Amino acid sequence: MSGAKPIAANVPAMMLMGFAFGSTPPTTERRNVMMLSVEIWRGTSSGHFQPFEVPCRDNQTVLDVVTEIQREQDPTLAYRFACRVGMCGSCAMVVNGRPRWTCRTRACEVAAGDGRLTLEPLRNFTIVRDLAVEMTDFFDKWRDAKGYFEPGAAPAADFAMVPPASRERQAADAGIECIGCGVCYSACDVVAWDKDYLGPAALNRAWTLVNDVRDRAHDARLAAVSGASGCLACHTHMSCTNFCPKGIAPTYSIAGLKRAMLTRTLRGRR
Amino acid sequence: MSAVLFVAQRLSAAVLAVAVAVHLATILYAVRGGLTAGEILGRTRGNGWFLAFYVLFVVAVAVHAPIGLRNVMREWTRWRGATLDLAMAACAAILLALGLRAVIALFVA
Repeated sequence: MSGAKPIAANVPAMMLMGFAFGSTPPTTERRNVMMLSVEIWRGTSSGHFQPFEVPCRDNQTVLDVVTEIQREQDPTLAYRFACRVGMCGSCAMVVNGRPRWTCRTRACEVAAGDGRLTLEPLRNFTIVRDLAVEMTDFFDKWRDAKGYFEPGAAPAADFAMVPPASRERQAADAGIECIGCGVCYSACDVVAWDKDYLGPAALNRAWTLVNDVRDRAHDARLAAVSGASGCLACHTHMSCTNFCPKGIAPTYSIAGLKRAMLTRTLRGRR
Repeated sequence: MSAVLFVAQRLSAAVLAVAVAVHLATILYAVRGGLTAGEILGRTRGNGWFLAFYVLFVVAVAVHAPIGLRNVMREWTRWRGATLDLAMAACAAILLALGLRAVIALFVA
């Protein structure tokens, strides 16, 4: 993503697609342009906030602000993005103290009033540099929670018929749209004090699979999430549910896992 | 927390929800009614219902409190492992012994 030529070559395509990034503000806007005061974390676990000034534009997202700074003011700024339309989950950051997906967050909404933006990397992750974080532990915990489909030793020979109105299907649908952005993980207090805690995203994924009638690893999955750092460690603070940009409620998924685990234990399984 | 401890904590909490309410109501009745210590002892002495209720109460406390304390210790300190489990088992034993001692004392007084 570095180098002037590829960027310049991409700009017309981006504009055709309706993105505001890289576009020149209209002349009338330039006469009395309002500036955003942006403070961005620079460094790793130790570092400092670096101030920037960026023109405030209509429909400008926080990701647009970061991109403008990186491409026009400081090319050494590290951050991560890919789709810019709320599908990939790679651009999440802490904006004015709250974890958010920056590509779908309008700068004018979060900087309303004083025109200030403070951007930090996601909490509870190891910082690679500036706004980019290491997500290996986050996705390793999806694996540890058996957050993957298990077809069993003898996979079904035909399509499974899963009625959309069935209880299991609706429970799975409620959590299936997770894009793995890490916002819930960043917001979770339990992750902050227990680094081994599987976290809301991995447990939410486990709950969707517990409700997948085609899956053949329900018992092993419940065993995997029933440990000291599994679903039982959740304190139901609901920060994950509060901040999830997709409107998913991992807290309810975790509560579902607790119920399923309770039933499993009462039946004598450990 | 293991699944078994989780279940034990939830079941004991269900017992305590009722037991604490009954216990508080009993205290209010005894105080507001102006009962003397002798009158209270007269009601508890040889009372099988009193004995059964408070034994259940004490057992629920002895199960519930150490599990919760264990969680707090694990989350706020680095204390883990067998020593923590032994300490919490001792805590349960102390609560059980002290509680049952008091209940039996009132039953046979």
